[in-house]
Amino acid sequence: MRLVPLAYVAPATALFALLMLYPMVAVLRYSLLDRAITKRNAAFVGLDNYQTTFDDPVFWQATGHTLYFTVMSVVFHLLLGLAFALMLNSERVNPTIRSILRVLYILPWLFTAVIIAIIWRLLLDPEGVVNGVLMSLHIVDFKVEWFSSSSTALHAVTFVNIWAGYPLYMVSLLAGLQGIPRDLYEAAGIDGANPWQKFRHVTIPQLTPIMISVALLDFIWTMQVFALVWMTTGGGPIYATEMLSTYTYKLAFSRYQFSLASASAVLLLILSMSVTYFYIKHQKAR
Amino acid sequence: MTRRYLSRTVLPTVLTYVGLAIGLVFAVFPILWMFFASLKSNTEIFALPPQLLPKQFTVAAYLAVFNDPTKLRFFLNSYLVAGAVAVLTVLIGTLAAYAFSRFSFRLKNALNVFIISTQTVPPITLLIPYFGMVVTFGIFNTYFALILTYLVFTLPYAILLMTGYLNTLPRELDEAVLVDGGTSWSALWRVIVPLSVPGIVATAVYTFLLAWNEFLFALTLTKSDDMRTVPIGIELLMGQHAFEWNQMMAMSVLGSLPLLLIYLLAQRYFLAGMTAGSVKA
Repeated sequence: MRLVPLAYVAPATALFALLMLYPMVAVLRYSLLDRAITKRNAAFVGLDNYQTTFDDPVFWQATGHTLYFTVMSVVFHLLLGLAFALMLNSERVNPTIRSILRVLYILPWLFTAVIIAIIWRLLLDPEGVVNGVLMSLHIVDFKVEWFSSSSTALHAVTFVNIWAGYPLYMVSLLAGLQGIPRDLYEAAGIDGANPWQKFRHVTIPQLTPIMISVALLDFIWTMQVFALVWMTTGGGPIYATEMLSTYTYKLAFSRYQFSLASASAVLLLILSMSVTYFYIKHQKAR
Repeated sequence: MTRRYLSRTVLPTVLTYVGLAIGLVFAVFPILWMFFASLKSNTEIFALPPQLLPKQFTVAAYLAVFNDPTKLRFFLNSYLVAGAVAVLTVLIGTLAAYAFSRFSFRLKNALNVFIISTQTVPPITLLIPYFGMVVTFGIFNTYFALILTYLVFTLPYAILLMTGYLNTLPRELDEAVLVDGGTSWSALWRVIVPLSVPGIVATAVYTFLLAWNEFLFALTLTKSDDMRTVPIGIELLMGQHAFEWNQMMAMSVLGSLPLLLIYLLAQRYFLAGMTAGSVKA
């Protein structure tokens, strides 16, 4: 009888062992070997691959880009998501318009990274509509190569990711806003609070737990970005938009340096897991 | 009095509408541009001054996609893989969720934390050993390689979603079956599953979408055109003839159809899946 629940979780557990535990051990082991996968009896080399990775300036560039991309994305996702959620929840706006806009504002979330990449490659093409509009408004005076100039590429990719990712915050915060008890606002009103004070002392504290969990989850996922970068810039020009994921991918599947790639994959894993630790702690506290 | 009324009521309302209008352009314009570009001829896409609506509507790009067996195969592959992943995930996930919701057992807590944290493991970290495993199992460049590896990110979702759903069903229902001498297995199939149809649909829908959208594993674990899924198909189209923008847009529109349909027809389920990790029900 005590074995019954274990039988129900057995298939899932077996799959997690095969697809999660084993690979983690394997990637850790590869990272300690000399030329894993490609060589039959690869030798144990200790932390050499990590040393090589740390000595590679491109690794540090990729780390810097990943952090910039992630922090900017999370901050602007949060700001846009909150702004849209507040506007969509505003009683000043006609309810029919609100419910239509609510549907439309989620649309960027529906598209997969590859399609988002292709849409923005079309829009941000040097001959594309964004340059067309900016030039006719005299904001820029030449055809900017958004994705292929090293001074704009990282910002362009980050902007596209901001566009694609805010709806998650918007939807979560809208649900949060609708869950705030009305009496809190009424009580604040009786105490003489103005709209800003109500926002500052009722709305924000009520939304904070949601904002923290969405932001942590978003931070972890954004840090692992691959498809969007791969399809817009491929990490280039030169290394201008190289992220930890594209750096690792190229080491493994363009240069077949599986051991070095494993070392950098383990480092990315450690980064992700340290944020995950806070995420789980936060979820448990809620 | 009037000025006060203006600044207190009219001005904020006007500003809110302006903000909403700007937001609308920001959110929707790129998507409309893609949609209408798929209905333009290739020369018109970069016409100056840029125009959203085609001067000459044409479905040539769609016909080109439909008449190309290689491209149709991408869609078939995506439907097969995502469909199989959804079915398997729901089956395995529901069983696990049943245990989480109705039993207490040793390791339950540890397993739960483990499942949550698997959602945050970087796919690239798993991909390197997966590559080795898939080659060893002899399933490189097959549907199995994708279906098997996709379970790693669909299952945690399914277990969390389904556990949440099962927790909303009163325990008395399945306890009644147990009192009548039934087993927990028959309680699951006779009572829990029929009552969980909405949760199962939500889970299936969201896992289908996750699998439909996957890029990194599909890029690396398949090789030949006849095993490629839609996202990779678009990537290939981009690499081969980077100038057939209208066809790429047509592929993108067709590739987004399942998501748009599910979103418009089953918005509630879609939103449930979307926020499963962040808003507690």
